Amino acid sequence: MNRTFSLLIGVVLTVAASFVGLVLIPDWQLDPLEPVEAPDGTLRPQAPTGTVAEGRDIYSQLGCIYCHSQQVRPPDFGSDHDRGWGTRQTHPLDHIHDEPPLLGTMRTGPDLANIAVRQPSRSWHHLHLFNPIITSPGSNMPPYRFLYEAVPRTDGAPPENALDFPPEFDDPDHWWVPTDRAEALVDYLLSLDHTYSIEGDP
Amino acid sequence: MADRTSETPPSATPKPDPDALRGDVVRRARIDASCRGPVMFFVLTAVAWLLIGSLLAIMASVKMHTPEFLSDLEPLTFGRVRTAHLNTVIYGWSSLVGIGVLLWLQARLSRSTLRFHKLLYAVGILWNLAIAAGTWALLFSHFDSVEWLEFPVWTAALLGVGFVGVMVVSLDLFRRRSKHHIFVSQWYLFGAVFWFPILYVLANLMIHLGMATGVAMATANWWFAHNVLGIWFTPIGLAAAYYFIPKVLGRPIHSYYLSLLGFWTLALFYNWAGTHHLIGGPLPVWLTTVGTVASMMMFIPVITVAINHHMTMVGHFEKLRYSPTLRFIVFGAMSYTLVSAQGSLMALRRVNETTHFTHYTVAHAHLGMYAFFTMAMFGAIYYMVPRLLGREWPSATLIRIHFWTTAVGIFIYFTGLSWGGWRQGEMLNHDTVDFLAIVDYLIPYLWSRSLGGTLMTIGHVTLAILLWKMWRGAEEEAQGPAVFKEEPAKTKILPTSDGEEEDS
Ligand code: HEC
Ligand code: HEM
Ligand code: HEM
Repeated sequence: MNRTFSLLIGVVLTVAASFVGLVLIPDWQLDPLEPVEAPDGTLRPQAPTGTVAEGRDIYSQLGCIYCHSQQVRPPDFGSDHDRGWGTRQTHPLDHIHDEPPLLGTMRTGPDLANIAVRQPSRSWHHLHLFNPIITSPGSNMPPYRFLYEAVPRTDGAPPENALDFPPEFDDPDHWWVPTDRAEALVDYLLSLDHTYSIEGDP
Repeated sequence: MADRTSETPPSATPKPDPDALRGDVVRRARIDASCRGPVMFFVLTAVAWLLIGSLLAIMASVKMHTPEFLSDLEPLTFGRVRTAHLNTVIYGWSSLVGIGVLLWLQARLSRSTLRFHKLLYAVGILWNLAIAAGTWALLFSHFDSVEWLEFPVWTAALLGVGFVGVMVVSLDLFRRRSKHHIFVSQWYLFGAVFWFPILYVLANLMIHLGMATGVAMATANWWFAHNVLGIWFTPIGLAAAYYFIPKVLGRPIHSYYLSLLGFWTLALFYNWAGTHHLIGGPLPVWLTTVGTVASMMMFIPVITVAINHHMTMVGHFEKLRYSPTLRFIVFGAMSYTLVSAQGSLMALRRVNETTHFTHYTVAHAHLGMYAFFTMAMFGAIYYMVPRLLGREWPSATLIRIHFWTTAVGIFIYFTGLSWGGWRQGEMLNHDTVDFLAIVDYLIPYLWSRSLGGTLMTIGHVTLAILLWKMWRGAEEEAQGPAVFKEEPAKTKILPTSDGEEEDS
């Protein structure tokens, strides 16, 4: 019984210690972080609300994270800065409103921490999500056509938000219109801008 | 009887005292009979999840090189299928088969019969229903992208509650062990049974119930995801290796003291390594440094385990020809050394700079979860099931097909993605290489994974056929406890059981 008890103590203590060290202490260390003031007087980062929050949710449940990271590495580590993915390393403060943070561990596609800066065009994102090949030949990102609705073509004018395809991708029978989910997802992508400055290293 | 599937070559049969042997055989047969129902339930449902997980895996794999494949159905979009793959193979296949093997090993090592059958069936059914419901949610409904913890919180709660049953039964066995001595495998199993629920419950509380904030959720995430590998699957895989290698060879493990050192250094260092998944990420630097240091310290348990297993095997490698158990287990044990050494190196900042965001990590993941853990579990199945059902495997050819398809499949998978992934990392780190050129470069390597994965899946189907034949045959013959009826045959395949008296 004595041996069993010491085994039990050893087993529980080893895991409990690491929980304190790797989870509770960082949580306590990072908890006091507060948003910073941008030059225009607003606070950064902003908590996602409305369609941005909805879009974040869609990003999460379509699993974009399994191909896209949202973290810029330090300048001497990899080529994130040279690729134009960010101007500074991502800081814990950037994620204080993110529950959970969508940091990602894979870069089958590019980092998206600052995609709003790099690619501000709404229509680009819609075409790209509809079928990535349109904007990025050879891409292996999946098409998200199910986020768009097909409207049979008539002789009249297209709906005002219909996608404007390049000729070789034009669908002669339908116009394609973004659903609310597609709009929310693009709203979210266009909110991803972490270029405000933060003092100090993480 | 299919001689070629027996665990030892007939010529190697030693001649122990027949009476003592008979007593041992009867006792073991009684233990095996007590395990039959519940352990077979866990093993068979686990293999069903392996088939489902493999199907999802191939879908995910094909989508990466042929993105139009099944792309118009939202439930089958890459992000959902990939997540369903991970969760079905981790919680469905790996955990369920792990529980089955754990219970049987614990019963054998304690020399006690397995009790609480109704409780175990309830746990098995609960786990299966929870995993099915959770997988449904991943494909058709909402989930949060927290890697390894995507199941909805109510699924997690059911799995957590169910696991209490496993703890109860496992501790009951441990308490009733007939010898004071604790075998090496028993420490690992004892540890795993406590570690998993602690990890799983705390991680779900911190993340899904929002007890941590911001980036601390990410450290909680990787504290869990790394530890579930290192102190849940790894101990079960090692316990199996520590049990079966001496068992099949009929000789004791090389050194008891080395195994002690191996166990406690694993418990100490594995726990602290999780933050190596976040190197270069937005964390205070001390956190990832701790992860790197602990990863280097992991060389200690890994080398001790490698020496111990190798020294036990030395001079007996020819037995790999006869014993399917040994073949799979030794394949697993060697992969364990390889994956751990690789992992420690990947935790170095300069290496991780290249490998982190690439398919190199995915190759390492499958070297661990497949070449080590899954192959070790296949080995355990080949030893356990004939004893549980009291009959021999119906076909040596099918076993051979199973071994070679999975071994060659994972070899293709691993080499293809390791090479492609490393180059991917190098190109990503040179901003002069256009991103689309990297995508283009990887396509053939992604195809090689689909090829390897198809071979592996053929192996899984073969295993399912073998198990189906065994189960059907046993049902047809079942009149009274099959184990006693089969005794003469069992004497033939159990002569190496003396190993159990030692530190096996
Ligand atoms: C199978 C992996 C994969 C998945 C899943 C995926 N992507 Fe991509 N993504 C890529 C690749 C590869 C590229 C680069 C080529 C291109 O532009 O299509 C990319 C590019 C992008 C870009 C443009 C980045 C830039 O720098 O121009 C955006 C925006 C994007 N993806 C958003 C998403 C969103 C939103 C989702 C989820 C709905 C998603 N991706 C899912 C692989 C993926
Ligand atoms: C000494 C032992 C080990 C060390 C130090 C180690 C280290 C690592 C490192 C550094 C990563 C990469 C993280 C990243 O860059 O994203 C990783 C990923 C991984 N390792 Fe290991 N590893 C070890 C053993 C194992 C074993 C035994 C298994 C399987 C049982 C395993 C399974 C995995 C998996 C599945 C991943 C991928 C996780 C994910 O991204 O989802 N590793 N490991
Ligand atoms: C049948 C053959 C298999 C194939 C073709 C396959 C394929 C895949 C694919 C395509 C991914 C996604 C990788 C990505 O996101 O880039 C993946 C991830 C994963 N698979 Fe498999 N898989 C197979 C079997 C298994 C088995 C049996 C296990 C576990 C026992 C397993 C464990 C994992 C893990 C842990 C990950 C996450 C890796 C990471 O995030 O780095 N796989 N697999």
